[in-house]
Formats: sequence, structure tokens, C-alpha cells
Amino acid sequence: MNDLSASLPPETGRRGKTQPMRWARGNGIRGDKTIRFTFDGRVLEAHPGDTLASALLANGVRLVGRSFKYHRPRGILSAGPEEPNALVELREGAQREPNSRATVTEVFDGLAATSQNRWPTLKHDMLGANSLLAPVFSAGFYYKTFMWPASFWEKVYEPIIRRAAGLGRAADEADPDHYEKATAFCDVLVVGSGPAGLAAARAAAGAGARVILCEQDSLTGGRLRAERVMLDDRPGWAWAQDTEKYLRALPEVRIMTRTCVFGRYDGGCFGALERVADHVAVPQAGQPRQRLWRIVAGQCILATGGIERPIVFPDNDRPGIMLAGAVRSYVNRFGVVPGRQAVIYTNNDDGLRAAADLHDAGVRVAAIVDSRQPSSTAAQAMARQVGAALFAGGAIAGTTGHTGLKAVQVRDSAGKTRRLACDLLAVSGGWNPDIALATHHRTHPVYDDALNAFVVSSPAPGLHLAGFAAGALTTDAALAQGDALGRAAAQGAGSDPATGCAMVLPRAAEKEGYAIAPLWHALGRAGQAGKAFIDFQNDVTAKDVSLAAREGFWAVEHLKRYTTLGMATDQGKTANVNALAMMAWERGRSIAQTGTTIVRPPVQPCAIGALAGTHRGRHFKPHRLPPTHDWAVEAGCVLTSNGIWQRAQWYPRPDETSWQETVNREVRSVRSSVGFCDVTTLGKIDIQGADAATLLERVYVNAWRKLPVGRARYGLMLREDGFAFDDGTTARLAENHYVMTTTTANAGAVMRHLEFCHQCLWPGLDVRFISVTDAWAQIAVAGPRSRDVLREIIDESFDLSNEAFGYMGAANVRLRDGVGGRLFRLSFSGELAYEIAVPARYGDALARLLMRVGAPYGITPYGTEALGVMRIEKGHPAGPELNGQTTAHDLGMGRMLSRKKDFIGRAMAQRTALCDAARPTLIGLKPLHASDALVAGAHLLPRGAPADAASDQGWISSSAWSPTVESWIALGFLSHGPQRHGEVIAVHNPLAGTVIEAQVVPPVFVDPEGSRLHA
Amino acid sequence: MRIHCPYCCTRGVEEFTYRGDATVRRPDLDAPEAAWVDYVYLRDNPAGPHAEYWYHAAGCHSWLVVRRDTRTHEIFSVQTASEVSEA
Repeated sequence: MNDLSASLPPETGRRGKTQPMRWARGNGIRGDKTIRFTFDGRVLEAHPGDTLASALLANGVRLVGRSFKYHRPRGILSAGPEEPNALVELREGAQREPNSRATVTEVFDGLAATSQNRWPTLKHDMLGANSLLAPVFSAGFYYKTFMWPASFWEKVYEPIIRRAAGLGRAADEADPDHYEKATAFCDVLVVGSGPAGLAAARAAAGAGARVILCEQDSLTGGRLRAERVMLDDRPGWAWAQDTEKYLRALPEVRIMTRTCVFGRYDGGCFGALERVADHVAVPQAGQPRQRLWRIVAGQCILATGGIERPIVFPDNDRPGIMLAGAVRSYVNRFGVVPGRQAVIYTNNDDGLRAAADLHDAGVRVAAIVDSRQPSSTAAQAMARQVGAALFAGGAIAGTTGHTGLKAVQVRDSAGKTRRLACDLLAVSGGWNPDIALATHHRTHPVYDDALNAFVVSSPAPGLHLAGFAAGALTTDAALAQGDALGRAAAQGAGSDPATGCAMVLPRAAEKEGYAIAPLWHALGRAGQAGKAFIDFQNDVTAKDVSLAAREGFWAVEHLKRYTTLGMATDQGKTANVNALAMMAWERGRSIAQTGTTIVRPPVQPCAIGALAGTHRGRHFKPHRLPPTHDWAVEAGCVLTSNGIWQRAQWYPRPDETSWQETVNREVRSVRSSVGFCDVTTLGKIDIQGADAATLLERVYVNAWRKLPVGRARYGLMLREDGFAFDDGTTARLAENHYVMTTTTANAGAVMRHLEFCHQCLWPGLDVRFISVTDAWAQIAVAGPRSRDVLREIIDESFDLSNEAFGYMGAANVRLRDGVGGRLFRLSFSGELAYEIAVPARYGDALARLLMRVGAPYGITPYGTEALGVMRIEKGHPAGPELNGQTTAHDLGMGRMLSRKKDFIGRAMAQRTALCDAARPTLIGLKPLHASDALVAGAHLLPRGAPADAASDQGWISSSAWSPTVESWIALGFLSHGPQRHGEVIAVHNPLAGTVIEAQVVPPVFVDPEGSRLHA
Repeated sequence: MRIHCPYCCTRGVEEFTYRGDATVRRPDLDAPEAAWVDYVYLRDNPAGPHAEYWYHAAGCHSWLVVRRDTRTHEIFSVQTASEVSEA
């Protein structure tokens, strides 16, 4: 081998300084200020404006991480969000964030970054031995290597894979930062602020459109910051800065930097993630870490630019091998040279620009390897300009340098190989337009043979691509296209075409060329000898793609799953097209024939925390509080969740040692004297109109026409399929005025159901209804002394006697203090009982009033548990019985089904199978030994039958200890239940492995005659 | 997705609740069981234009008939269900 240069040249730049590779002040750097950060504990310096990647390079740090499978040393490949290699952990403790791309992480004073996927240190990584196991980790290794024996999977294989593979570590604690969501509307959304995006925003705003410009970077300008493009004799980035300033001054333009538009959804909706405080150590007080935006746009211009492709050759992954466009970013924007002696490897003229930029930054460019034969005149000129050797028709055949590039093997067009010392290899395999957002919604990209890349030829309506995203090859073309589309989009969104003034576009000084010649498999089969990586992040090599082709996984979707190509944080942004080209070559087909996958949102990683926003912890769901909540908490209640309602479960006294003791006391107080309970949570629907009774007739199974004014009735609703839906009471307050109650759980569903029935089925009915659940505080006052208590509250003129206001009475009443309310004589407990409703704002006062006037009777507030015990004692069905699988027959209410009218569910409820007497039907159960606990969910079997499915005859739906009966009691469903009262059956609880004997009884344990109700 | 409610103007889809096929018609009580089974259980699942019930739950509580392409989510028309039922 012929050494072109035996040793690296002396360092340029500021020797002895902390940032030895900082050669100048970049256009995006505040060089006057120095900040400090740490990488693996080492303190380093940077400037505001640096990314972690540029700061590491400025400090001469090239080795940044280890690869996924083989633990290969990896550096920085790109300068943008497409980065596959330079993934680090940021911050510490609860804020630790794994797999963060160093290329988009802004450095701040005090940032702590750590390399990942290495042990014990980045430089000496034990798992690097995985490289020796390469055959094990080839394509499809998940499916092949760990197939058998099956018992090894959990204990042996999975722990090994989990330790060996994977990247960063998630934080162990809850995220302490805040996230929020916001919505914005605009006529024209512009994504990307390069020359095309800025020109588009300017033109759209000039035409009178409301414009939002989103830029994922911290600075606007796009490639204008990375390239040394002169626009009208000024640097391109300066034009970008001025244009941004101009746009910011316009009232209808909003520029959002650090905001990545990650998804395109239906109806002009876009998802965007704004990194509000990722670039500072701690968010300001009240400031979210990130903000999730929904942007609703009339029209959208995608000016997302392009992503450069690496070239596939052996050992193409060493730290120091970098995309040529990224090299220019570091040199020009950040003022950092990523090496001291460079080689350029390109298949196009754009890649040559890196040679000039590096040369002018004082980096020696040893050679330009141009895969084109003959090379372009531009390449020849460039080689002369920078004094580099030109290898036309050449290739890189291999590289050396364990933790960083030391030399490359160049194979010239004659096939002769020579070694070239270098610490930087800038590669360009051409550029892919960044069309990800355009391909959401199943828009398929097409392959453009001239551009050698996939493009979107017919974007969705309202969507426009501008600049390189649309294949525009020069800055001038991008500016012109953005300008024209900006105006067109404004008009598409409804702006007057006459508005706006023509604006002068700047002109680029330099003639930019591309002249790409495809280079997918530089060395053919020979290039597969070493590890020629296609997907750096997933360690997928050219050999893996060939293997997938040989094994039949050549369809693009199979290729992806079989090799894991294109997965994880970068989603194959630098890998996919190279892989497709390799597959096309293996199959002897064109790239267009091979096809491509389409992408889904998000185009960049999006933290789950941002998607959750404020919906976390106790704010995950809203809470509803009944009107007596404050009083109940003061009274020492224990709260429970009932759907989203927070209700009092019981009210313990200091001397009570268990909840059971408390609940027993509450039940006994109601049954012996009086108690009260907030029942506001039951749904309440106010129904009015000439056809109100007709609506009730059609939604309830029973009859309603003859219900007199001033009376309430129990009603059962079915679903249209014939199964029970909901129950409750409805009272007739006036001729055409009813108030319906629903169960707490179904309040919303019943409202929706009534509205469906009215609007979709019978729009001709003259009826209106509205939910008044929140308008009325409703309290049940129950027990033999309840009438005495109410006499103290209700205006004396109202006759509360049983004769005047009997069971199921309903009336508008006035309270003694003048408040208007409603009184219903309803009972869920089975005792003499009332429900009193007052406007919700008086609910708290009513509870306090009841406590005061009820004191002589020992009035006892009771919670949902006592409520439940008493309804089980009375056999009233509730949620566990109305579980969506039971019919009116099952609930023992078959006879309620009217035969004189049509109602929802009637036709289907008549189906033979639903009327079968063998269906499990509601029964009561009492254990032979009172203290044997019955458990809801237990199975009911004939006594002595084997505990198997064939013997299963039913189940327990609700159970409780009854202090009234002084026994466990239960409600359940049993085949032929009503005919089996008195029979002793087995109650099998397979969870506890217990069998209890219990007697089947009627499902009413207290006051079966109902004499207490009617007292 | 955004739906143009005739009462509330264009609103985000999260304000609406989906029910499904709006082309089915409730049979008469004495219709054969097969007609009821068809109404309650059987639904076509067209790839293309379809009429569906949507409920503006977080808005005006209107039931709407939305004519929509199930492949592209393009919405062709939105009418109130009562208007459609009465027609």
C-alpha cells in the first residue's frame, strides 16, 4: 500500500485552548459567551448556540456512543434530527432522558450528558465482544437463534438480549416537569424555514394570509446556515435573519422555532411539539417543558428540505465518518472543524462543497474520491482549488481506527488500493427530499430517476411541497418556488388574489450543481466482506439485506421487520433508501419496482409526557364533586370513586375500629330511626312537551300514560337488542312535565339514548329534554323518623301525611326558609323515605340543616356502602345486576314488559332464547352459616356437583353482610331460580378455593310485604 | 378530523361520539325477526362513501348524519339526523 501521508498534519485552530477544534465564530454561535457542560463526567466548554454534537466536536470528542447490537464505537454522523448514532442520556435522576440525539440537543450551562449502551466505560466496552458473535446477530436473529428450547426463552435468552441490546435507560421516577397542550389556527402553515419556507411565509403573509411558520431547529434559515451561500452579496443566513425579523413584525405571522411538526392528520390538522424549555436547565416557574400543538391549517407548505444519504462501504461507521452536508454545518454554523485531515467521498457535486469549506477552515483535504467516472468538471476544479488528489471512479474499500477514524483504503478506478491517513471522511450519497409529512395519510411516494430519490408527485389537496422537499436543486429555485406557492396557498385559503405586493427575491451568487450518479453498492459483493452498515442505529448491514433477500423476505415490509431496518428513534431516515436500493440490486429489479414503505406520525420522537399533557395523576380524569362534598369531608367521611364522582363511602366515628362497624351502625340507624345520603349523582333529565309521555312509553318497557300528576313510577329501559339498559324512577310534575332519574353510571348514556331516539327515530315528537343532574342537589332521607325530620324542614302548609303524600308521591315544595324544591317519596332502602331536591347551591346548607333538625332523632349520614347494603337487603338491582348481559326476565321483571305498545328492545326481547326459563334469573342467597362470607363473582352449582363448567348454573352479582338479617346475604342469578327457593346449593369461589352451602331465597331480605315503605 | 356541525360550525372530532351506520331504519314491531336481527346486529363496512351517525356530545348534543369516505376521511356533507329522518 502506498501511504499518501504517513502522519496527520499539525493541529490548526487555537492550540491549548479548551475547544481545540473551534476554528472560527460560526453564524449560529454566540462566541463571546462560554458555558460549561459535562460528558461522562468530564467538564467541557461550549458557546450558546452549540448543539451537544457541535460542542463535543469542538472539544475533539469523536467517540459518543456504542451501537445497538455489536457495541461498535460510534460518533456523530449528521447535524440534524436524522442522527442514528449520537444518542445520549441527558440530565440526571427523575429528569434523565435516554436516546436523546446530540445533534438536536442545545447545550446549556450545567447540562449533564452521558454516553449509553456501554459498560464499564465508553472506551472500554465489554460487550464489544458482541461483534465476535456477529453471525448470531444477523438478519432475523430474533426469530432464529432463540427458537428453542421454549423454556429457555424467559430465563435465558430474553435477559441476555435485554442486557446486550437496547440503548438508554429510562428514568426510574415520575417526570417532575410539566407539559401542556394548545391549539392554533392559521390560513397557511409553513413547515421549515430554509430559503423555500421563508420565501413562502413571506409571500403568504404578503397576500393577506394568517401564517404559522414552524421550524424544528432553534434558528431559522435551514441550509442557509450550513452553506456559504451568498444572496445578493450577503451571506444567506443574514438574509434569513432579516426575513425572520420582517415576518415577526407582521401581526398575522407567528414564527415557532424549536417546534417540530410531527404529523399530518385529517381535516388540515397537524401535530407539533414545541420544546419550550429543553434548552435550559430548569423551566421557569409556570413554564412547561414541552408543549403539544394541534395546528389547524387551511393550506400547508412543506419546506422540509432534504436528508443526505451515507454511502455503504466496509467499516463505514467509525467515529469521524460524517455526512458531507453535516460537515459543512459544523464548519459554517458552529465554527467547528470535525477533523484535521479530510477525505471526501461523493457521487455528486454537492458533496464537493465540503472540500472547499474545510479547506477554507484550514483543514487539509487529502483526497476527493468521486465515484463518477469520469468525474465532473466541478470535481476536477475543486481538487485543484483545495490541492487534493482526485480519484475519479474511485471508492472507499475500507477504514481503520478502533475508536476513531485513522485512515481509509481508497480503491482507484484501476482497482489499486492505497491507504490514506485522515481523521475525517465526509461522505455524500446524494440527498433524499424530506417528504415524511407528505406521505402521512397513505400518500405513496414515487421514485424519481433523475433525482435518484423518492418524491411525492401528487400531494394531498391543500398540501404543497417547496424547495428541496419538492426536488428544487438550487437556492434560487427554492426561493422562487416558495414565493410562488406561498401566494398560491394564501389564495387557496381564501385570500384575495389582488392583495399583496410583489416582493423582490434575492439571487444566489454561486451556480449550484448536483450532477448525481447513483451509488448504491459501491463495491458489489466485495463490499459485503466487512461490516458495511446501512442502518447504523439498528446495526443492519448490506449482508443482512442480502440474507433477507435470499431467505425470501424481499418485500419492503418484510425486509423492515426481518432485519429491524428503519426502526427506533431515527426511523431509518438515513438508511431506508440505501436498503431499498440494495434489495432492488439483489433482486435485479428497479428501485421503483421494489417500492417503499410509507411512514406514520411522528416524524421525530415525541415524549409520552407531551402527549399526556396535564392528564396525569389525579388530573388524568376530571373529578365531579356532589354538592354536599365539603360538608361530608368536614364530617369525616371516607371518599370513594363512583365513575368520576367522588362520593362519601362511610362516615367513621372515632371509636369505630373497622369500616364494617361503621357501615353496620349506619344501616341500623336508618332502619331504626333516620339517616340521609347525597344521591345527586343519579342522572336527572327534565322532560317537557305534549309528547313527553309518548317518549317515555317508547323508551321504557312499562306503561306511562296513566301516571297521574304528582306521582312517580319505577321504569326499566332495554337496549334495542332486548337486554336491560338502565332503570330509575320518573315523576310527573305537571301535565306535560316529567323528571327522569337514571343510574349514576348511565346518566350520560341515557341522555344520549333519549336524544338518539328523539332526533333519529322519532323527530316528529313534540318533546324537549335537558340534563339537570348538576342543577339539583338531591338527598335521600330514609328511616321510620324521616317524616318527622322533614316536617321541620318543609313549609307547614304542605301535608306530609301518608294519606296526602303517599309512597311514590312527587311534588314541588317550598322549604321553611323559602327555598323552592322538589320532594319525592321514593325509597331505595325499603324504609319510609323521601328524596328532597333543592337547587344545587343549597345542597351544602341542606345537609347542615338536616344534621341540625335531625339531631333529636339521632340522624345519621350514610355513605354508598350502607346504601348498597340496604338495596341488597331489599333486592333492588343495581350496576352488578344491570351488567348488560341480563334481560327483564333475568331480573324478575318479565311481567313489566307491556304488550300494548312498541318500545325500544321489545321485538328483540321476545326472542325465544331470551325468554328461556333456564336462563339464570335473579334470586337471593343466604349461607347456612350466617358468618360464611358470600363473594360476588362466585359460581353457583348444585350441591355435590363437580366444580366444572358443565355444572355451572349461575353466579353471585352482589353480596354484603346484613346487620338487619345478621347474616351474609347475596343477590345472584340462578338457572330456573324462582322455582328453586328453599333449595340448598353450593357457592364455589375458585379464587379462594372455597365452597359454601347456601339456601336459595326470594331476593328480598327485609320487609317483603313493603309495609315500611307505605308507613 | 374536523366535522362541520350545522349549529356549532367546524369543530374537532374529539367533541363528537361515533355511533355508526346511519342508513339502517328501525323496522316495525311486527316485522320478521330477521329484519330486526339485520337492524340490530348486521352492518355493512363499506370502503368508500358512507353515511354515519355522529353525536356532538361536547357541543349542542345534536345527532348528525355525516357522509364521509371511510378511506380518506373526506367529509361530503353533514346534516342533522332529524332533518334526514323527516325527509
